[in-house]
Amino acid sequence: MVMRMKILIIEDDLEAAAYLAKAFREAGIVSDHASDGESGLFMASENAYDVLVVDRMLPRRDGLSLISELRRRDVHTPVLILSALGQVDDRVTGLRAGGDDYLPKPYAFSELLARVEVLGRRKGAPEQDMVYRVGDLELDRLSHSVRRQGKEISLQPREFRLLEYLMKNAGQVVTRTMLLENVWDYHFDPQTNVIDVHVSRLRSKIEKDFDPPLLRTVRGAGYMIKDDRASET
Amino acid sequence: MSRFGVLFRTTAVRLSALYLVLFSLCAAILVFYVTGMSERLLEQQTREAVAAEALQIEGVYERAGISGLLRTLERRARQPGANLYVIAGPAGEILAGNVASLEPGLLDDAGWTSEPFRYRRFTDESRADSHVALAQVIVLDNGLRILVGRDLQEPEKFRVLVRQALVVALGIMGLGALVIWFGIGRNALRRIDRMSEASTKIMGGDLSQRLPMSGSGDEFDRLSESLNTMLGRIEKLNEGLKQVSDNIAHDLKTPLTRLRNKAEAALASRENQSASLEEIIAESDQLIRTFNALLMISRVEAGSAVAEMSEVDLTGIVADCVELYEPLAEESALRLETAIEPKVTVSGNRELIGQALGNLLDNAVKYAEGAENPLIRVEMKKSEGNVLLSVADHGPGVPAGMRSEVLKRFVRLDESRSKPGTGLGLSLVEAVMEMHHGSLELTATEPDGTGLTVRMVFPTALA
Repeated sequence: MVMRMKILIIEDDLEAAAYLAKAFREAGIVSDHASDGESGLFMASENAYDVLVVDRMLPRRDGLSLISELRRRDVHTPVLILSALGQVDDRVTGLRAGGDDYLPKPYAFSELLARVEVLGRRKGAPEQDMVYRVGDLELDRLSHSVRRQGKEISLQPREFRLLEYLMKNAGQVVTRTMLLENVWDYHFDPQTNVIDVHVSRLRSKIEKDFDPPLLRTVRGAGYMIKDDRASET
Repeated sequence: MSRFGVLFRTTAVRLSALYLVLFSLCAAILVFYVTGMSERLLEQQTREAVAAEALQIEGVYERAGISGLLRTLERRARQPGANLYVIAGPAGEILAGNVASLEPGLLDDAGWTSEPFRYRRFTDESRADSHVALAQVIVLDNGLRILVGRDLQEPEKFRVLVRQALVVALGIMGLGALVIWFGIGRNALRRIDRMSEASTKIMGGDLSQRLPMSGSGDEFDRLSESLNTMLGRIEKLNEGLKQVSDNIAHDLKTPLTRLRNKAEAALASRENQSASLEEIIAESDQLIRTFNALLMISRVEAGSAVAEMSEVDLTGIVADCVELYEPLAEESALRLETAIEPKVTVSGNRELIGQALGNLLDNAVKYAEGAENPLIRVEMKKSEGNVLLSVADHGPGVPAGMRSEVLKRFVRLDESRSKPGTGLGLSLVEAVMEMHHGSLELTATEPDGTGLTVRMVFPTALA
């Protein structure tokens, strides 16, 4: 039984906030809303949320100072910063202030959803697990080896990191931008389908001689690795 | 405000008024000083002459007695322009001399008369005529008094003359200043008026207006010239901005129209709506991508990412990008060949350089697909104080005349319009290179003009 995720949206644009709340509800995420920095700070300190979605420009207390204050109060809820200021230096200042992820406006909701889900489950993520498993696929982070049905699969270093990231977030959608950020450590928007080609190479290696398919393309969003036969846990 | 009032507020007129006042003051002080000094000198000379004569007369008395004295005085008194001579009795009654009357009590004491005094001559018509003189009185042992003096008419005349000259000179100066006020002041005012008129027109939106020049090359002309150069630059920038915003408006309208059409079609068909909606989302994503690219270019051009510059490992960035694009090239039946010098660093922004090189590789893969020679060569080397990073393909290339055009925002060659893209890729690369104080060169790969080589030139980082 999956625990429902609960998030707090701190956004002064009421229309945008209402849209986000509705979209998150449809994705099975419960959300509260605060419309300014001070009430956002109060709610985030008093209640337990899985993720905070914080607009950078807020009345009464701006997003960055809100995050710094939360961190000072020892509240370590993951924070995703939304901002109309979307460039390299803004991302850096945002993350420096204590944010965990940064999404420039305008964004696709699928991108926001994928990032919020990854952030929200980070708490329980098997950070210290040395072996990731999805179905009969096994990735050993220590020996850098990958096996499926006991057979060794040889991967390039980058393919290994790609699979590692996908498996760490098994059952969750990861977008192309998230892959570029986390596997290649670049934060730009690849114009063409560069990432797709890498994923399809990886897919051919882990699925070519095996059944069932594990790595799925989620249309309009990204990719997800999941074993369909496994029961939801 | 009257015309004269306006005139008075001009700097030239104010300055000349100030000069006039100061100059008059100096002139007056000078004149008073000079007349005072010369008066003193004249008086001193008079006293010396009188004293010498008195000494002589005393000598005559001592040698020739009273009769000799009388003869001498008579003779001297008759000479033209003679000094004053008086012989008086002990009670002050005039016995002989060339003076009709004196102020009473003048002869009582021996020595200098304390100050110039008035007297009358025999030649004077009425009692009103009187003269001013300075004299020495000698008291003889028999009680007779002798007065020897000199008329002070001459110094007095001199003083009056100098005062008159001063008044005339001041008058002429005042007149001259007035003429200069009108001459310079009005001329300057007229030219400044013309400049203000032209500026008002420019403020009204007519940026083609220029400030008038007289051709004399004076300070007004120099000011007009530099302001005109500035206006030329502003006009050019403004035109560039207008063209860019026109282009943006045009190029954003096209995908928005497409988006709208798709939404309309989806609404009408009522079948397969989710597929249509997915298309709409993809179209919106493309629009967002365009906006992000535009924003990024303007941010890079504004230089706000400069703060995030540091010593970056260019070799590493190139290797990352090649690795990122290698599978894509292979998919398009192209081969990525590299010649990368190890351990090259430049001062820059890793993200932006990565993005720029990504754009170049993206273009190369996109446009060289299906080329006869499937080779894309990525080369990075140090050369003469620069680091050269080039991507060369063997695709159709860009005609020489279009090479600077394709760097502009939204400019795409007609042949490439069918391929996906925003028309912003090379604009961003150029902006990134500018931010790194480098440059971007576009050349043909082959001698026959086909193929495109884009070379990024980074200035070498200061070791």
